[in-house]
Amino acid sequence: MTVVVIGKLSDIPRQGARCVVTPCGRIAVFRTAEDHVFALEDRCPHKGGPLSQGIVHGGAVTCPLHNMVISLETGYATGADEGQVRTFRLQIDGETILIDTTSLETLAA
Amino acid sequence: MAAVAALPDDAEICGCNGVCKGKIVGAIKAKGLTSLEQVRAHTKASASCGTCTHLVEQVMALTLGDAYNPTAVQPMCGCTSLSHNDVRRLIKAKGLKAIPEVMQQLEWASSGGCHKCRPALNYYLVADWPNEYADDYQSRFINERVHANIQKDGTYSVVPRMWGGVTSASELRAIADVVDKFAIPTVKVTGGQRIDLLGVAKEDLPGVWSELGKAGFVSGHAYAKGVRTVKTCVGSDWCRFGTQDSTGLGIRIEKFMWGSWTPAKVKMGVSGCPRNCAEATCKDVGIICVDSGYEIHFAGAAGLDIKGTEVLGSVKSEDEALEHVVALVQMYREQGHYLERIYKWTKRRDRRNPPADHGRYGEAQGLFRPLRLQPEVRAGRPVVRARLGQG
Repeated sequence: MTVVVIGKLSDIPRQGARCVVTPCGRIAVFRTAEDHVFALEDRCPHKGGPLSQGIVHGGAVTCPLHNMVISLETGYATGADEGQVRTFRLQIDGETILIDTTSLETLAA
Repeated sequence: MAAVAALPDDAEICGCNGVCKGKIVGAIKAKGLTSLEQVRAHTKASASCGTCTHLVEQVMALTLGDAYNPTAVQPMCGCTSLSHNDVRRLIKAKGLKAIPEVMQQLEWASSGGCHKCRPALNYYLVADWPNEYADDYQSRFINERVHANIQKDGTYSVVPRMWGGVTSASELRAIADVVDKFAIPTVKVTGGQRIDLLGVAKEDLPGVWSELGKAGFVSGHAYAKGVRTVKTCVGSDWCRFGTQDSTGLGIRIEKFMWGSWTPAKVKMGVSGCPRNCAEATCKDVGIICVDSGYEIHFAGAAGLDIKGTEVLGSVKSEDEALEHVVALVQMYREQGHYLERIYKWTKRRDRRNPPADHGRYGEAQGLFRPLRLQPEVRAGRPVVRARLGQG
């Protein structure tokens, strides 16, 4: 597994996200109220909206375009909605956030 | 009900999401749906703007018969059984001053709420505890955090404020320069009498606002649950029919009130005579200037609903007009439910106290009386005004 440092926990507001731009697309890195971090493709499965800009609540984010609610852990749409976004593995080393790069090639262009 | 029963299966019930009667009936039967929330979740009918909610409920009643039991009190969202009314009262009664405190004390079913209640609670706390509560940006919709309107492709539209719909050569030049500098694809005049710049990449927003700021612009808040615009017609400055300076009054009102958060957007208009060229009679708050002074209107609608205004009352001076408008909107800020427009708030008030006389609505409803704002408020340092965030 290859890991790359992408930032610090304090770079991300609680109940918010910051993005990592890769050659294969944009990844949204979310920080929950309890300081858990998750990395998901920044593209809603519904119509491609930027999940990184949605309201973060508990362990989910609501897409700002049409309110689809996505689980941060699994990337699945919740409730009666269907769809899934790719998730990426993160490593937390104290304050530092690292991402496992081996899964990045699977990102949509 | 008979009308809904007579509709064919392919009749479109929900225009936003293209859901026909047959799809709703089919989903209710196939999935055993019994509540409006479930129908919304499984079919998207009435899940967007909500105008067809009543129709959807009728389809449910038709399909379920006696088994359909609409809840008497609408909860704020799926996180609680409390209504907006309950939550607003409890926030004040229990002195709750932070979102986590509200959720804990009022036994919220979720941790962190949801996209419906978080912005609502943030507004109630901002309005009820001025100068005490620190606005929670992470509970605001993205538009309110970046001062622009998100579009379907993730770009944004930027609307600088244009007081009373009046601009100047230097302002227009500054806007044109920003359009060129950032290669903004679309420039459009809005219904609110200002200019919209569409297709701005998110990372360009700080640069765009910096340039506009240098030219003296502030945000037009075209995205805010707050004071939007005051539309005007030219009035006595130029118009041969103008009875008062409608443009001047409109600009004065907008400059006094901009930046206020409100339960839902507030759109205003000031017309210089009863010909009403600023269309003040379908606004949240409107003023019709007449020879003897200013007729104050409110509770109009021209969006999802179309409704003419009620008359609050008439005053003789510009100062009085401003005071009454500010006082009315402040009352709305304290009593309104989040996302409830002024006309709906008024309808809800009227249910408790039906108007006996629409001709003298304001007086009949005990809303109109001679008012005097506190001196500091009149001086433009309103204690109840929350500053819009910079995030």
